[in-house]
Parts: sequence; C-alpha cells; structure tokens
Amino acid sequence: MAEEIIRNTAKGEVTMRLWRGDETGGEFAEYVMPAQEGEVVLDVIHRVQATEAPDLACRWNCKAGKCGSCSAEINGRPALMCMTRMDTLPPGEAVTVAPMRTFPILRDLVTDVSYNYEVAKRIPPFHPREKTDDEEEAGGYRMQQIDVERSQEFRKCIECYLCQDVCHVIRDHEENKTAFAGPRFFARSAELEMHPLDVNDRRELLQKEQGLGKCNITKCCTEVCPEHIKITDNAIIPLKERVVDASYDPVAWLGRKILKRRKSTPAEAEADAPSTGPAAVQPEGGVHGIPAPEHADDALVGAWATDAGPGGDAPAEDAPAE
Amino acid sequence: MPTLRKDRWWVQQVVTATVLTLFVGYASWAAFVNKNYYAGSGLHRDLISPFYSPCLTESCVPGSHPGTIITWWTISPALLILIFPLGFRLTCYYYRKAYYRSFWMAPPACAVSDAHSSYSGETRFPLLLQNVHRYFFYAGLVFNVILTIDAFVAFRQPGIGIGFSVGTAVLLINALLLWSYSLSCHSCRHLCGGGVKQFSQSPIRYRVWKLLTPLNGRHMLFAWMSLGFVAFTDLYIRLVASGTIHDYGFHF
Amino acid sequence: MVEYETHDFDVVIIGAGGAGLRAAIEAQSKGLRTALVCKSLLGKAHTVMAEGGVAAALGNVSDEDNWKVHFRDTMRGGKMLNNWRMAQLHAQESPDRVRELEDWGALFDRTKDGLILQRDFGGHRFARLAHVGDRTGLELIRTLQQRAVAAGIEVFMELKVLRLLHDAEGTVSGLVGYWRPSGEFVTFTAKAVVMATGGIGKSWMYTSNSWESTGDGHAMSLWAGADLIDMECVQFHPTGMVWPLSVRGLLVTEGVRGDGGVLRNSEGNRFMFDYIPPMFKDETADSEDEADRWYDDHSAGRRPPELLPRDEVARSINSEVKAGRGSPHGGVFLDIATRRTPEDIRRRLPSMYHQFKELAGVDITSEAMEVGPTCHYAMGGVRVDADSAATTVAGLFAAGEVAGGMHGSNRLGGNSLSDLLVFGRRAGIGAAEFASGRSGSPTVDKGQIDAAIAAAIAPFERESGENPYDIHQDLQETMQSLVGIIRTGSELEEALGKIEVLEERANQVSVSGGLRYNPGWNLTTDLPSMLTVSRCTAMGALNRKESRGGHTRNDYPKPEAEMGTVNFVERIPDPGAAAGGVGGTPSVRSITVTPEPIPVMPDDLKALVEEAS
Repeated sequence: MAEEIIRNTAKGEVTMRLWRGDETGGEFAEYVMPAQEGEVVLDVIHRVQATEAPDLACRWNCKAGKCGSCSAEINGRPALMCMTRMDTLPPGEAVTVAPMRTFPILRDLVTDVSYNYEVAKRIPPFHPREKTDDEEEAGGYRMQQIDVERSQEFRKCIECYLCQDVCHVIRDHEENKTAFAGPRFFARSAELEMHPLDVNDRRELLQKEQGLGKCNITKCCTEVCPEHIKITDNAIIPLKERVVDASYDPVAWLGRKILKRRKSTPAEAEADAPSTGPAAVQPEGGVHGIPAPEHADDALVGAWATDAGPGGDAPAEDAPAE
Repeated sequence: MPTLRKDRWWVQQVVTATVLTLFVGYASWAAFVNKNYYAGSGLHRDLISPFYSPCLTESCVPGSHPGTIITWWTISPALLILIFPLGFRLTCYYYRKAYYRSFWMAPPACAVSDAHSSYSGETRFPLLLQNVHRYFFYAGLVFNVILTIDAFVAFRQPGIGIGFSVGTAVLLINALLLWSYSLSCHSCRHLCGGGVKQFSQSPIRYRVWKLLTPLNGRHMLFAWMSLGFVAFTDLYIRLVASGTIHDYGFHF
Repeated sequence: MVEYETHDFDVVIIGAGGAGLRAAIEAQSKGLRTALVCKSLLGKAHTVMAEGGVAAALGNVSDEDNWKVHFRDTMRGGKMLNNWRMAQLHAQESPDRVRELEDWGALFDRTKDGLILQRDFGGHRFARLAHVGDRTGLELIRTLQQRAVAAGIEVFMELKVLRLLHDAEGTVSGLVGYWRPSGEFVTFTAKAVVMATGGIGKSWMYTSNSWESTGDGHAMSLWAGADLIDMECVQFHPTGMVWPLSVRGLLVTEGVRGDGGVLRNSEGNRFMFDYIPPMFKDETADSEDEADRWYDDHSAGRRPPELLPRDEVARSINSEVKAGRGSPHGGVFLDIATRRTPEDIRRRLPSMYHQFKELAGVDITSEAMEVGPTCHYAMGGVRVDADSAATTVAGLFAAGEVAGGMHGSNRLGGNSLSDLLVFGRRAGIGAAEFASGRSGSPTVDKGQIDAAIAAAIAPFERESGENPYDIHQDLQETMQSLVGIIRTGSELEEALGKIEVLEERANQVSVSGGLRYNPGWNLTTDLPSMLTVSRCTAMGALNRKESRGGHTRNDYPKPEAEMGTVNFVERIPDPGAAAGGVGGTPSVRSITVTPEPIPVMPDDLKALVEEAS
C-alpha cells in the first residue's frame, strides 16, 4: 500500500478509498472529505454520497449496530461501517472500504448475500416438543433461565454475515458453498440443538451435509462478530463434540447401547424415540409451502441435499464463481 | 497473499510458528538425548522430568521408575510417553487454530487468502482423526495424575528428609499448569456438562460446566503457559541432573 | 416503454417488519399464495431496534394483571383518542400472540417458575413487558422471519414499491415498484394488499428511525384514496443525541436525568429552573441546592425540574435553542460528567456509557452530551377497521405503525411490538378473506404502471437540477424546527408553505449514474412519500388546536374536551384527478383535513377506563 497518499490531516481532512464498480470489475476511487469529530465510517460515506458521489452504492439501515446491514471490509478487515469509528483507524492514512469478498458484487460496496438466505431456507426449522398438561394449563412452555441462556447468545445474531464473509472455507474456496452452511448457520444449528424445546437431532445433517467438518476452527468468525458471540467456542466446537458423540466415539456408542433407556431429559428421550421423533423439514422448494410437514428422523439429512425445488435454487447456482 | 489488510497481521503467525518450532526442536532433542532427566539420591533429590515420567522401560535410570514394566522398548523412554501429550496438543482445538494458521496457512490470518487452492478441512483422513481429541484428553488426565504425584514425591529429599526446593516448586507449578490446560479443554467442557440439553435437569453437571466455562475461555493462555513451562521444567531438571546448576532448597 | 417483470399472488404484503411478517404467516397459513415485499434485506426492518419488550397481560409476574387493565392503561396513555375496539382487541389478544412466538422458537427471559418474565414499564400498571434483555425486537423479528421462511413464503427483498394499482372499480389490485439492486421495474397483481411499512421518522433531522422510515405506506395509501387519521400525533423523545453524527438520533434514557444529569444551555446555566410551570411549582425544587439534595434523599427536597414531564422538558429545550442559547449543533447540553464520579456513572448507566463509548468515542463520564427532541414513533396512520385491518379502500389492509388509531395520541412503551403481532395477524386474516372472496383475476391499468415508471426515471432525464440530498436535508430541517415536538400555529403555517416549495424543487430533481443500486435515485423515489407525510403531519397539527399526548401546541397548551372526540382525517378526495406532486403523485396541495367523530366506546369498557387506579 505504498502508493497511498498521506493527506492534510492537520487541516482536518480524511481520504476515503472506496471501491467503485460492479461484477464486471472496478477500482478504488478516492474522496477527500472534511473530518468531523466522533464519526463512524458510515457517516463519512453518507457525506460522500450527499456531496461528490450521489450514486455510490452502500447498504445500510439502522446505523446503530442492530440490524447488520452495513457490512464491508474496512482497511481489509470485515466490519460494520456503522460500528467502526474513524478515530480508531490509523490517522493520516487513507481509509480503504471494499465490499465483502465472499459474496458476488452487486455494485460498489453492496454485495449479493442471497447465499445466506438460501442456506437459511435449508436449516430444518424449530420443532418443539408437545406441551405437558401443566403447560397447557399455565398457557405456555416452562423453561428455566439457565436452559435458555445458551441459545439466547446465538439469538443475539444480527445476521450481518461478517462471519460468513471472513470464513476462508467459502471466502477462498467458492466450490465449498454447495456443501457448507457457514458460521452463522452453525450458530443457528447450535441454538436449535441447545434449545430446550427442539426435538430434532441435527448432528448427522451437520456432519454429512452442512460441512461442519470443513471448519478448521481458526476462529476468524468469532474475531469479526460485532455482537461478540463466541461462535467457535460456544457453537461450532460444541457441535463438533456432539457429532463426535454421535459418530466418532466408540465408547459413547457403547454407552448408549447399555444405557439405552436412561435419557437425561424428557426432550432427549422424546427425540430418540422413533415413535414420537418428528423432524420438521421445510417444504419443497421453499415456496407455496405449508407449515412443517412431518418426517421420520432420518429425513432431516435428505432434506438438505435434495432440496432444489422451484424458487429454491441450490446455493451454488446463486453464487456464481468469480 | 492477497489481502487489503494494512496492519502487521503476520506478526502473530511468525511468533506462533517460531515458538512452536523451538518447542518441537527442544522436545525432540530432549526426548532423544535419553539422559539427565532425573536428579536422584546422589543429589539428595527426587526430581524427574515430565518428558520421562512415568519412566517404565529397562533403560530408565535407577530411582527414576517404580519398576520396569516394558521390556521390548529399547530406545528413549520419553518417546513412549510423549506420544500422549503430543497427541493431546496436536488435536487440541486451540493448537489446531494456531498451526492451521501459522504453518498450514489456511488461512494465514483473518481476511488473508489461503495458501492452498483446494480445501477439505477436517473431513478426510488424516485430519478426520482430530475427532479423537477426547481420548487424548483422557490420557492427559492420567499423566496429570502421575506428574502431580511426581511433584509431591519430590518433597522427599533422599538422605536428608523432607524438604522444599526450587525443583519441587517447578514440578508443582508444572502440574498445576497442566491441570489448567486439561480442565480448560473444549472436550472436557463438553463431556462434563456441555452435552446436556437441559441444564435444569442436570444441576450438578451444570455447576461443573459453569465452573469450567471461564477456564475454557483462557484455554489459549493455559496452552502456551503449560507448553513453555513443561519445557522449562525439563530444562531445569536437566541442568540440575547434569550438575550444571544447584537446586537450591531447604529441608526439615 | 420500459420493460418490467410481472408477478401474480393472492396476497401481497408490503413491509417485512413485525406486522408484515405476521400478516404473511397468517395469509400463507390460509392456503393463499402470499408474497412479502420489502425495501431492505429480510430481517433488517426497524422492528429490530425495539428494546424494552412486548406488552401482554400474561399475568406471569402480577396475578392481578389482565386484558382489562392493559386496555385501560392503553386508553389512558393515548389520552382517549384511541380506537377503543383496536385497544380492546390488542389487550385481549396480545398474550396469545406472545405465547405463539414461543411455540415458534422465541426464547424470552424466564421467571423462576419457568414462564415468560415480564418487566415494568412507564404507563403500564403491572409488570407486563415480555422481553429478552434489551433486544426484544430482534427476537421478535427473527422468530417471525424463521417461521416465514419455514412456511415457504416468497420474499422479494430490496424491492421499493412506488405506487398501488387499482382496477376499474377502484379496488386495490396490485402494485408497481423496482428492484433496488438492478433498478429493474416490477409489478404485482394481487387480490389483496397489506400495508405494513412502518414509520415516518426520516422527515425529521433528529430521529431514532432508520432510513427506511419514509412513510411510504402512509403516502401510498393516501394516494390510493385511503384515509389517514391522527397524523399530528408523533411521539418525540426530549433527549435524543444530536451530535456526534455517529450517535445522532440515539435516545438518552430518562435515567440519566434521574441519576443526577442536568440540562444546561450554552451559557452553562441550568435553565430548567426558568421553565417550571405553575402547575408543578409545588412539587418542584426552586433552587439548585434543593434539587441536588433530592437525588440522595427524596424527602430532603423537591424534585429537580429536569424530571418534569417529557413535554415540559422538551418545550424548555425548544425555547432555549430558539433563543439562541443552544449547543453548537442545535441541542442543549446534558451533563452528568461534572455531577457524578466516573465509577458511579459506569455503575448506574452501563449501557448508556458503553453505547456512546463504542459508537462515538464519547465518554459521558468526562463530557456533556448534546441532546435535543428526537422523532421516534408515529401514532397516526392509515384508518382501519379494527377487526379486519381493512382500510377505507377496498382490497387494501394496513397493520403496525403505518395503521392509525390503536395508540391514540400517545403510545405506551411495549405496545408497539404487541400491536404488530395482534394486527399483523388480523390484517393477514382480513386480506386472506378478502382475497378468497374476490372473484376473477385482478386487473390493473397498464397506463398507471407506465406513468409511475416514467415518473420514477424522469430525474435521469434532467440535465441539471436539484440534488435530492439537499431537498431531503431541507425538509428535515423544516420539520425539525417547525413541526417538531412543540408546535405553534404560525410555525405550522410556515412549514406548510415551505413544504410546497420543497415539492416544487423536488419536481426539478436530477440524478446521475445508472438504475442499479443508486441511492441518489432511490432517494428521489422516497421524497414524494416524505413530502406527503410531512404535509399531513403539519396539517393535522395545525387543525388540532389543543395539546394532547404526543401533540403539543404552545398556543393551545391544554387538552380541549371537544377536540378529544374527533380524529382529524386526511384524504385526497379525488386521487385520479389530483396531479402536480413529485414523481406523478397527487400534489400535497390536494390533501384535505376534516374532523370526524371517534367511535363511541361501549359503556362497559368506559367503566373500565374510568375506574380509579
């Protein structure tokens, strides 16, 4: 980055190097803006739009770090533009803002994040156990605070997709997009696995079709998470351990054989019992569907792989190679 | 490596790679050298290097072992032992991050491109074996117990009585750090309570999980501290055993 | 002519916040082909910003709570301007709507018994707000989003709707809009349309709302012939941040003042002592010494004037700014730094401290905040039938913030999220029933489509002209200074004049670049909505010659009994004939205001409201 021009910061100016272009190509354009106190990157970009480049494309919404729209790569690091203060960036140097690299570019700083929405469609939805008589009477499920806290951490997710962007499994290897759910959706699966009411067993699906094994826990997802969710430690590794329980651990397998009837929770017992083991799977194609058709346990796995009905294209087709 | 990052992201990888290489180099040398791992009664001490404990083969120096159990192993006994802690660390969720980043460069750092054109992660042999981490964890626990016993046994100063020396302190700290590393392990956290679906139905496992969770958050710290200190422990005993330094202490 | 793609559905919902998602889920569950159209990505709607909770008389914390008390609180909070039937349905149905969220995977904080925990909130007699920490809105939208995705509802993201379309009989039959990413135009035909577009805050300079809140639904419904009511009732928060930019619009909780924070003008004076109204003289401290004693011991002195009711505080801030004693960026200073130790501030106001530190680098323990009245929520909106959410135009339904009547002149905290759920569902049912009963395929007039498209791309054809950002900024300044939290007749007249000028300027707007993801152009298509709702707010405010709830007139500082019995209804009498507005919309000059009596409450409900607390 030696060619960068260091501009008159003494006069209170800031140089923005913003990527301009579309899927056919583009380049960084420089804009010199007056610097103002207490600004975030998004504020300066808005000033560029209002003055020099009204057509500069930039996706944003709440500008308060709550909606997760304004994801980009600031000085090469994936971050929310509304949460990156200008005074935290090296003074006197141009600020480089580029679109997220993992997703196809729509225009300027805006990318096509539909890959994530396609993956979301393929996550088998929440499927609760039946209410007990006591719960029917009380009007709602009973869950203890300690039972909901783990899943609540993942439900903080604002779906900025910075974790998906930074994950090298798909960032550097486009071909993996067909068989990899990504950190955001591992967190979603962890949330459901740890949800006190959900009865689906998602482990085989995670292992065989969502590419959990592709994650090599290098933790960049956790590093970039603006909600400070411990994606690797609290979601992905626990999921890996659960998959080990199910598939790679001979002792656990033996243990299950011996202690077959001794389940630690009613939910687990219910989940394991074939007669009551429902597995809600999203309807074919994700359009014109009706809520939650019921399948047997093992139907979960096929759902991920074969689902490509009308309107529900496989992620790969929506994520063209560069 | 294409990246727009302007910070010195490579510093951490260089440091990690250097320290790990130094450790592996030192550990290999210490394991193959097959001497000076035990400071025994001649020095009025009972200090054994963690690399060589439990010493179970015929070649073990007198005093360093409870009795020969393995007769068919003729080279350094350390090699027989180190396979377990090595396996534990090699499959450790933290070290995996460290070496995938600094050696394998997949990825070298966040938002820096992989050095490889194709990638299958841990889905195939041999990396599929990372999934056996919990068995190395169990093995590690056995070694922790032995090294803890070693540390307490070291209070016995042959020929003088019961005492305390820098060496015993070193062994104690070493054992403590190894316990911290083991108990902060992700597999441990899962096995103790993380695998439970509803905590309220397993209050004891929940309490254990609650205790282990903050330790788990410091797993990286414990990994480095215990790694450095185990090498230091070996070095210290080596220097004492070879007569290079004196193990200062007192006795009753 | 410009090409466009076409879609056909039974029900199309515009807006994917809480109300839109809930409506879509309901309509889809009735077996209808349902589409959800939204201006942003799915899951980003302004609903995510709601922090406090969702109000529902579950009675999990207080046994005594029930729908009747919730109803009473809502009516009293709205100063009786509410549509009583909406308030009743809302109070009766919100518990079921909240429990339903749990059945769909939401994880609320729990009581010791394992039920949904509820917290106290201003205006609610009992602890009533089901919540998840301070991110209840996110939980709500994510739960509904995941449910909608699981149900297979088709979602059209980043699609801006320009105009509703109607058939020869005037029944709403579709809409025309464009994909923001590609700039390509698209039309939908639908047997019923649900408007769930949220708020109008982007017409003000200081607002907690996101850029999407441009009042599209209010304006499109009006243009389609629907009635708007209570548009003057806009909720402002007296102390939102006005500077730095990065936190502009962020609300500073009243807790800061409760914990010792004081308001100062540019001369450093604690000006609130100059504005104590006679009504509050007896209970308010008259010296700084006395006020300062109160914080530690409430019996040692009377309350500090900083803790006067919201509108009094706002009025005082307004007066100081207008007298030229404001802060450099048009607010006043809220100072807690010189009054409490840094440790104290961090301990008592942790989230305030962290929010400003993280977002703006402002350390509230060492410097004063610049605050001013901030636009937060629109109580007014499209007039609807309480049971079916039907508007006054056939085929059009409305729910959520865009619908008027539920909250009267002021909304209680927590009632907005429950409003979304209750009336989102009802709008879904209403639209589904209407669509099922509608015979034949809806037809739309191609001329309407072509006209809307031509008007939308007109700014590209002007060689030179106004910058849309300038017009937006001027509108925001006008609305902030003249149609803000405190209004007077002369200023409202002035605002109306300025809005007409802005409309003329907006007709001369020009943009550069292409159609693809072009924010400058996108803004030109939002301007007609913003100008329309601005006009409606100012006109409603001019007509409501009293102060009530969120509407405060300096020249009419008290509520007037006869005003409490009417809604000011705004409409465009003949939308087909009205022209001259921006982008081919009816001109703001064609909007009329008429007072119409509010529905009369049955006696049994009246008794509930009048019951002493």
